[in-house]
Amino acid sequence: MTDRFLLEIEDLHASVEGTEILRGVSLRVGTGEVHAVMGPNGSGKSTLAQVLAGHPAYKVTGGSVRYDGKDLLELDPEERAREGMFLAFQYPVAIRGITNSYFLRSAVNAIRKHKGEPELDPLDFLQVLEDKLKAIGWDDSFMNRAVNEGFSGGEKKRNEILQLAVLEPRLAILDETDSGLDIDALKTVAQAVNMLRSPQRSFVVVTHYQRLLNYIVPDYVHVLAEGRIVKSGGKELALTLEEKGYDWVKPVGAAVS
Amino acid sequence: MTSIEAQVLQPYKYGFVTDIESESVPPGLSEDVIRLISAKKGEPEWMLEWRLKAYRHWLTMTEPTWANVKYGPIDYQAISYYAAPKQRPKVESLDEVDPKLLETFEKLGIPIAEQKRLAGVAVDAVFDSVSVATTFRAELAKFGVIFCPISEAIREHPDLVRQYLGTVVPTNDNFFAALNSAVFTDGSFAFIPKGVRCPLELSTYFRINASSTGQFERTLIIAEEGSHVSYLEGCSAPTRDENQLHAAVVELVALDSAQIKYSTIQNWYPGDEAGKGGIYNFVTKRGACRGRNSKISWTQVETGSAITWKYPGCLLQGDGSIGEFYSVAVTNHRQQADTGTKMIHIGKNTKSTIVSKGISAGHGQNTYRGLVKIMKGAEGARNYSQCDSMLIGDQCGAHTFPYIDVRNSSAIMEHEASTSKIGEDQIFYCKQRGLSAEDAVSMIVNGFCKEVFKELPMEFAVEAQNLLGISLEGSVG
Repeated sequence: MTDRFLLEIEDLHASVEGTEILRGVSLRVGTGEVHAVMGPNGSGKSTLAQVLAGHPAYKVTGGSVRYDGKDLLELDPEERAREGMFLAFQYPVAIRGITNSYFLRSAVNAIRKHKGEPELDPLDFLQVLEDKLKAIGWDDSFMNRAVNEGFSGGEKKRNEILQLAVLEPRLAILDETDSGLDIDALKTVAQAVNMLRSPQRSFVVVTHYQRLLNYIVPDYVHVLAEGRIVKSGGKELALTLEEKGYDWVKPVGAAVS
Repeated sequence: MTSIEAQVLQPYKYGFVTDIESESVPPGLSEDVIRLISAKKGEPEWMLEWRLKAYRHWLTMTEPTWANVKYGPIDYQAISYYAAPKQRPKVESLDEVDPKLLETFEKLGIPIAEQKRLAGVAVDAVFDSVSVATTFRAELAKFGVIFCPISEAIREHPDLVRQYLGTVVPTNDNFFAALNSAVFTDGSFAFIPKGVRCPLELSTYFRINASSTGQFERTLIIAEEGSHVSYLEGCSAPTRDENQLHAAVVELVALDSAQIKYSTIQNWYPGDEAGKGGIYNFVTKRGACRGRNSKISWTQVETGSAITWKYPGCLLQGDGSIGEFYSVAVTNHRQQADTGTKMIHIGKNTKSTIVSKGISAGHGQNTYRGLVKIMKGAEGARNYSQCDSMLIGDQCGAHTFPYIDVRNSSAIMEHEASTSKIGEDQIFYCKQRGLSAEDAVSMIVNGFCKEVFKELPMEFAVEAQNLLGISLEGSVG
């Protein structure tokens, strides 16, 4: 069964500063599948993304998470990353004085080292980078700028997706990648994500709005409310939600759980 | 301790002691001790008189207390003012240098043995109170460049020394400079003649080895008209429970269109985690841009010492002269640093640039103290200052005291300052990309210091980055 599911979340509880945010989330993601997790503000969507990546501010108080057959919660954040889990941050941080390409090469090499592969020197890496940029149709204009420093909202989100493309994760979690993007930027980013979809790669797309899912069409949609998944369905669930609003699922969710 | 701070501690890497027979004078300071030092160095009479004058003035002075550092009283009578390995003070070739000394410097990454020398760098190796070897002297002499221990310069080039010694930092400049003038034992002397670009990097490595001693070195660099020189100093000391005093004086003189680039990588023993032991690094460094369009640039990476008290400055006397100060100061554990610069604009159209990066971790206290003074006649002077502080953890401190004194209304002054904290979020972001916490911190800190590191000579930029990594190990987890 571990073959079927890359990620298995069972009854996950998590809290931040003593307040419980996740109250029993269960979710299974198969290899190559795209799952959207939707929900109103404060429902725990971003918390779920942060907990999966291992942010130290969140405390797991119950439940289990298996990733590729391993106990995910036992792994340090960097080990999760090296094992192929990638989080596209909602608010990527800036690192002054370090160029994007240097940062990315360090990340690639940390992962390669973990896999027992030889590290890439700057020239080899440049080649890899150029190929990736070409594949997703972007130029290299911000590779020599400091990581996220002075980037516009759209540039930051694009940069996250570029990192995703270069690091080639097995599981990519996109945390509100659409927030703060205008429609053109949204399309560009979604297009790149679609290029990166593959039968070997799974996605968990966390979003508040249905519009992102017009461009990144998910296999499954889950609705999170008050720390639990209250409804799951196919891609049409997102459209229903758009039409009826989150209030529509709340009472149903409460009854179901 | 926050989770960022908790981590294994890396001991100071250069804390070993070389087991070598040495001779030292008994602790205590008096005119007799100064006469003894002067005699050991085979100095001319005028030098002894100069020392005694400084000493007599020092007796009338009191130790400064204005710096933002705390330490117990120093007993100047408990310090030995001269210690030297037992060997002939001046050896003709490196073959005669005690192998233990060669080994010591090799262990410190400063090979001075003929076959292992650093390419492109001439090194003067100072061990306690004496210079034990100076490499590439003959090669430099071909260009007319003099690079030798200052004790030798006093004997061999007395006219040059007399002309410049004490003209930038007078013997009565301050308490520690006066003390140094009275008792200095060795240091480096460099003279770059007119129009010569020094073909090698000049470098001095200072090593304290003996216990209960102070190190008082004196460096004098003279760059004649149109000459260029890049000089680098490094230093380290054994791990000891006692505090040892290091009070150096450095004087630079740049004549018309001359350029001096002076870089320091300071790694004296910083004391242990609880603040026991470590070097008191109380030094006076100053450069005089005497000539028109001359330039003096100070770059310092300060990672060691229990206490640092240091303000490398520039007297911008020549019209169109330029002074620069690039600094990274790190305080971890219980280290305290009060450091910065003084830029005194005297000539017309003089320019100065100050870039200071302070990093505090553990219980470290880091103070930037700087003075930019524009004198009445300094028409068209410009200064740009940037002071950035980075905090790691919540027990440390960063303080900034920028003094500005402008007496000419045509001056243009710019000052920028920032304080940032390495946060969980920055570390987490790096970790999520597969980097370890150590690599994340090293990357963030190096990025923060980039503007200063790019000023270091190539060969030493890497060393500085590594040193910074070592100094901060144990501050982040």
